[in-house]
Amino acid sequence: MKEKLVVIGNGMAGMRTVEELLKVAPEMYDITVFGAEPYGNYNRIMLSPVLAGEKTLEEIMINDRDWYKANNITLYAGPDKKVVNVDRRNKVVIAEDGTEAHYTRLLLATGAHPFLIPVKGHDLKGVVAFRDVADVDAMLDAAQNKQHAVVIGGGVLGLEAANGLKAQGMDVTVVHNIDVLMNRQLDQVAATMLQAELESRGIKFKMNASTTKIKGDAQGHASAISFADGDEIKSDLVVMAVGIRPNIDLAQAIGLHCERGVVVNDTMQSFDPRIYAIGECVQHRGEVFGLVAPIWDQARVCANHLAKFGIANYRSVATTMKLKVTGVDLFSVGDFTGDEHSEELIYQDLKRGVYKKVVLKNDRIIGAVMYGDTMDGSWYFQMMKDGTDISEIRQSMLFGQTYIGDAGHGEANAASNLPDDAEICGCNGVCKGDVVKAITEQNLYTLDEVRAVTKASASCGSCTGLVEQVLIATAGGVYTPSNTEKPLCGCTDSSHDNVRDAIRKQQLKSFHETSEYLEFKNADGCHICRPAINYYLVAAWPGEYEDDMRSRFINERVHANIQKDNTYSVVPRMFGGITTPKDLRAIADVAEKFEVPMVKVTGGQRIDLLGVKKDDLLPMWKDLNDAGMVSGHAYGKSLRTVKTCVGSQFCRFGTQDSTGMGVQIEHMTWGSWTPAKFKIAVSGCPRNCAEATIKDLGVVAVDSGWEIYVAGNGGMKVRVCDFLTKVQTEEDVLEYTGAFMQMYREQGHHNERTAPWIERVGLAYIKDEIVENTEKRQAYHERFLESQKYAQIDPWKQRVEGFDSESFIPLKSL
Amino acid sequence: MSNWIEIGLITDIPKLGSRVVNTPEGDIAVFRNAENEVFALRDECPHKKGALSQGIVHGKAVTCPLHNWVIGLDDGEAKGHDKGCAKTHAIRLDGDKVYLNPEPCDNSYS
Repeated sequence: MKEKLVVIGNGMAGMRTVEELLKVAPEMYDITVFGAEPYGNYNRIMLSPVLAGEKTLEEIMINDRDWYKANNITLYAGPDKKVVNVDRRNKVVIAEDGTEAHYTRLLLATGAHPFLIPVKGHDLKGVVAFRDVADVDAMLDAAQNKQHAVVIGGGVLGLEAANGLKAQGMDVTVVHNIDVLMNRQLDQVAATMLQAELESRGIKFKMNASTTKIKGDAQGHASAISFADGDEIKSDLVVMAVGIRPNIDLAQAIGLHCERGVVVNDTMQSFDPRIYAIGECVQHRGEVFGLVAPIWDQARVCANHLAKFGIANYRSVATTMKLKVTGVDLFSVGDFTGDEHSEELIYQDLKRGVYKKVVLKNDRIIGAVMYGDTMDGSWYFQMMKDGTDISEIRQSMLFGQTYIGDAGHGEANAASNLPDDAEICGCNGVCKGDVVKAITEQNLYTLDEVRAVTKASASCGSCTGLVEQVLIATAGGVYTPSNTEKPLCGCTDSSHDNVRDAIRKQQLKSFHETSEYLEFKNADGCHICRPAINYYLVAAWPGEYEDDMRSRFINERVHANIQKDNTYSVVPRMFGGITTPKDLRAIADVAEKFEVPMVKVTGGQRIDLLGVKKDDLLPMWKDLNDAGMVSGHAYGKSLRTVKTCVGSQFCRFGTQDSTGMGVQIEHMTWGSWTPAKFKIAVSGCPRNCAEATIKDLGVVAVDSGWEIYVAGNGGMKVRVCDFLTKVQTEEDVLEYTGAFMQMYREQGHHNERTAPWIERVGLAYIKDEIVENTEKRQAYHERFLESQKYAQIDPWKQRVEGFDSESFIPLKSL
Repeated sequence: MSNWIEIGLITDIPKLGSRVVNTPEGDIAVFRNAENEVFALRDECPHKKGALSQGIVHGKAVTCPLHNWVIGLDDGEAKGHDKGCAKTHAIRLDGDKVYLNPEPCDNSYS
């Protein structure tokens, strides 16, 4: 017989947990849900747009009654189904009307009560909270036949209520106890701008106000509010929006340990091991919750433990916040006030209505407040979570990410202004309308979900910020930025760095040792973690770990790039981009012999033979090998090419022998595996004809030596290299090249190019390691040379000699 | 369904890998997973006809090398939010020997 899960509370937290549970263990439980409201499950956060008349109740339903039926969930919904007792000894839940349900595990998701200030008159008719559908109905009803509304509380909820009531045609005054609106999320400047905007819409404010009494008329209905300063405001509707308190009535009644909320551990388990609790009713490590993002994280953790996987832990992290008032753009995250050890970067343009403040400590972002232009909020938030060193970009970061060398989307405007047919994702041809439709129809909450369903930002990723903007604009406050350090893939909760640490510290020597140690959900991983871990093992244990062909992407498995029609491209290596008539003749012969459909010169100064059938690869390689050529590694996450310009040997401007330098570098670095592809170029003078300053490593000759540049990129997001250092000799160039590559090999995440890597760790750190510290530089370089001993094997020769060559031959022909 | 043809030994197919059987109707990819189960699919991803035989094999699925669609080895169905189905072929083991039915199963469309 199946185990029984009973959920008390049919709100967002409880149902999100059930959804997560159904995803991972759909057959484990018979599920019963009790809810005191007579509906399916709706999106409470979107009550504000319902009040403002922008959405209907139907539009904010997350799961209607059919969903419960389809998933075999028993739903008891309505006031008479309110749970009044839990018999913990016999494990039975009892509702007001006597309905009972047995449980093996119980989930408390009772949410919160709105806090009502106990002033005289708070129990009069016409005094409501802003919490559920019934409150919204009461307010909409009042808007029909009453005129004056007062909202007590100038926080998020209060302002949303005021905006909604104003939209319904009421005369609205917001009463706030201090002089800063939304003081939990905004600083004085942003709050003042917000207040001015709302005043221009006709909402009145009474700040620094202390309510003393709500006056009633003869029918027991609210009629006015009086204040400590003697003022009085007419009011036939009073909305109390001063905060919420965890609803622990039931938990206390059944003797569960509570403080401010139901106390839970990192697995969302209460003091009764059979009872879990989640959402606004809980208290975790002293903290209670009111925003949705952390609650989604809790739901995932809780579902993981209900499904008995037992590996997830909940950690509370900073969350972002957005006000759902149409036309008001604000963003807030983390510690936006700072202390005596922090500093602030401020951009303020009152005429345009734009204000941005980023709070820094030790060159890391600890908080931000933005008003008017919040396009870059998620970028700041990402850097805050990653602990990115911003010292290199601080002079321009307030202008936004588009000013940090992003050529691809520099013109992209705030997503909300784009028409539906605007193309968001150029790789997959996804328009804004497609994304919006998917979000609203399929109730998507996270970037990963949008990516999976629409493919927007699933390829090159450069439109991620834009997709995120659309998501925020469409899903509003329900949008869930991923809060934790990103897991490597769906098979594990461990991040890239966790995996690498484990491999090194635990001396893990194979994929299976790694996946077992880190308790992967899938024994043989997936197409994301297998290649990543294979690379980490190759990098950690040179000469010892045997490269696993089956964990390599096809291009690296057959040393050629797969094309759209399942043919391949063959690129012989030309060191430094220099070739000979003899080599060219051999390439021409091969191209003719195998009827190669296209011969093309590549961007990295090589010759590409395109459209080769898989069966022809081995004999072509053999012919090219016989002519003295080797694989060009144009297909791998590895050193690709060293591009050179002519240099002093022929060029009248050349200051050094750039071709000779390039050939030496390529002889040292070819065959090395790197986290993502690695391109090098050497220019013979500052005219820089080899375009060395947009390469992963660029060398530019000057009269007095060589300048070394790193972490450039000429692809989807153009990034000019950072200047690393200037050196005197060719030996120095080789040593710095080896050291930089090795540092990247040891510390870059799989599939992370040098440009995002350096933005993540900071140029200063790289300089500390390999410019300032000679010993470390030499050690990095030594480790690079050591690993090259095992890496510089021509894969063509290996395969021609028979290694795994059966994979090129059909098993049978019928 | 008596159309079984012996195509080789299970050891001819690398673990977590694939080999191809040529037929007049196009290639059939035969897979072997970590549990030494064998599967056969038409060597064509339902998305853009990528060669599934060239993908990374994991669990009971293969990831297409062209655009990372994940295709179920047992039913040919695309996983996650992708929609599509690769033709499946009956395949069985008799000791070490692998037998394949070159006629596709009826449950998948062409």
